[in-house]
Amino acid sequence: MSLLELENVSKIYGELHALDNVSMKVDNGEWVAIMGPSGSGKSTMMNIIGCMDKPTSGRVILDGADIAHESQNSLTAIRRDKIGLIFQQFHLVNYLTAVENVMVSQYYHSVPDEREALEALDRVGLADRARHLPSQLSGGEQQRVCIARALINYPEIVLADEPTGNLDEANENIVLDIFQQLHRDGTTLIVVTHDPEVGEVAQRTVTLEYGKIIRDAQNANFIK
Amino acid sequence: MTKRRFFFRMITSSLVRRRSRMLVALLAIAVGATILSGLVTIYYDVPRQMGAQFRNYGANMIFLASGNDARFDMDTVNEALSYIDGGELVGVAPYRYETVLIHEQPIVAAGTDFSGARTTSPYWYIDGQWPERSGEMLLGKEEAEFLGLGLGDSFTVIWSTEEDAADETGVTEQRTLDMTVTGILETGGSEEAYVYMSLEDLEALSGGSGRLDVVELSVSASREELDRFAGLIGTAVPDIAPRLVKRVTESESTVLSKLRSLVFLVTAVVLILTMICVATTMTAVVTERRREIGLRKALGASDGGIIREFMGEGLLLGFVGGLAGAGLGFAFAQYVSINVFSSSISFQGWLLPVTVAASVLVTGLACLLPVRSATEIDPALVLKGE
Repeated sequence: MSLLELENVSKIYGELHALDNVSMKVDNGEWVAIMGPSGSGKSTMMNIIGCMDKPTSGRVILDGADIAHESQNSLTAIRRDKIGLIFQQFHLVNYLTAVENVMVSQYYHSVPDEREALEALDRVGLADRARHLPSQLSGGEQQRVCIARALINYPEIVLADEPTGNLDEANENIVLDIFQQLHRDGTTLIVVTHDPEVGEVAQRTVTLEYGKIIRDAQNANFIK
Repeated sequence: MTKRRFFFRMITSSLVRRRSRMLVALLAIAVGATILSGLVTIYYDVPRQMGAQFRNYGANMIFLASGNDARFDMDTVNEALSYIDGGELVGVAPYRYETVLIHEQPIVAAGTDFSGARTTSPYWYIDGQWPERSGEMLLGKEEAEFLGLGLGDSFTVIWSTEEDAADETGVTEQRTLDMTVTGILETGGSEEAYVYMSLEDLEALSGGSGRLDVVELSVSASREELDRFAGLIGTAVPDIAPRLVKRVTESESTVLSKLRSLVFLVTAVVLILTMICVATTMTAVVTERRREIGLRKALGASDGGIIREFMGEGLLLGFVGGLAGAGLGFAFAQYVSINVFSSSISFQGWLLPVTVAASVLVTGLACLLPVRSATEIDPALVLKGE
């Protein structure tokens, strides 16, 4: 059974069909890149999969349950328990240190555990930067804190929105290496990107245009 | 680490590491708490301060004989005084009046305790000196002019029994005392129509019956307390009829009531202004932190969680501002007291928790609307930067 399944999902804003009858499945442990130009519906799809928005019609089945028409409170709980979010602009709390930013995610999920948060930072190579504020970290380091925060609660799906959009090439490679390691560890990854290089390293690429899936293919060059 | 401990770590980090942002809110709360604490201190200290000022306008209670047949002496007065709390009694001046002859003119002489008279009548202006020894006296200005006497003049004071008190041979009893004028009394009032000698001299002159005609008291107490003392004394000491000096007690009561109303009004206005200032600052804080709120919601924070965190920050600000305000308020009240009333005040311990509680309450109320608006933020919108 698929971990995530979208069945005839549409999102309509007035006359605009941001998503138009989209269907797709994501299996457990799969690494999927969702690509497309601006306005293709990538962000709308990310918001719906990330439980931050509801579709106008269709079904969104996550881990066997239809979440398409859940209340805001239920969606918040699902997001907290099952989804790890990574953002293009990092979105760290600027007055908390790196390790505290990771612990914020634990705080909402269960119980803050500083030792575990430090281990998560160690996994992304930031053990020595744990006590630094976001303003004292480079963009790449901030994104790695964001990844550690997304992973700390062992989510079912890690959902990344343009994770390398604000990074230079060196930091982009570091982040992609971490994604590859996560994939090897069995984490389900959905990466929204318009960057072909990021799309190419994924296991599968789904391309959107005008709210419809125009291509859904396994990447021939994917290295497990 | 427990959730509660991390909660406090987050809100204290927010206040400490964003101190430049939160300083405006903290200042508003601290200023409000300072004025609240200062004015409440003054509000409660004004009666004492003003009471002391009003004591300069003379006695506010007098003892009279309760009827034509009633008599009272110092022993009776001391019994009556036991019903007045010791700390509140500023001064007591007993008076006995006798008609005497000076330069063959009948004059009313008042015998008193000059040290008591100085405390009950601090407004008396003495040209010369207060009498200190037996044989020295004060002349009211009116009598001095009438008799043509001045400072340093000596004369004989004659007292005799009334003609109807003459013995069967028709001879009236007569005593004399040589006196010297040490001071001329000027008040602009009826006091200038008397001459004053010590109670002992008058007793020696007229016979030592110990009888008193009136006792003036200066009591540092509110109108209500004075009424209570008068009621107690009137009941417990039947020979004495205590009376309040209305012109003093009523003026004091009116001025105090107006002052208290003014202080209450200013305090209320300051609290409202503080609330507006804190609400404005917290609204700005919420607007400035829309992305952080969106992020917290994206990470799984419920509306209740967002409210708890922002309210926690607001209440912590209120607590710190209240603590600072209580201390600064006392300094403010002390400054006002020293500069306006020329006396210091003592710190009221109960004011610390009251100021902190009021500060936390006002801040909490001020945070309600901004915090509510924080829960309406859509994470999908703010995290996209739209």
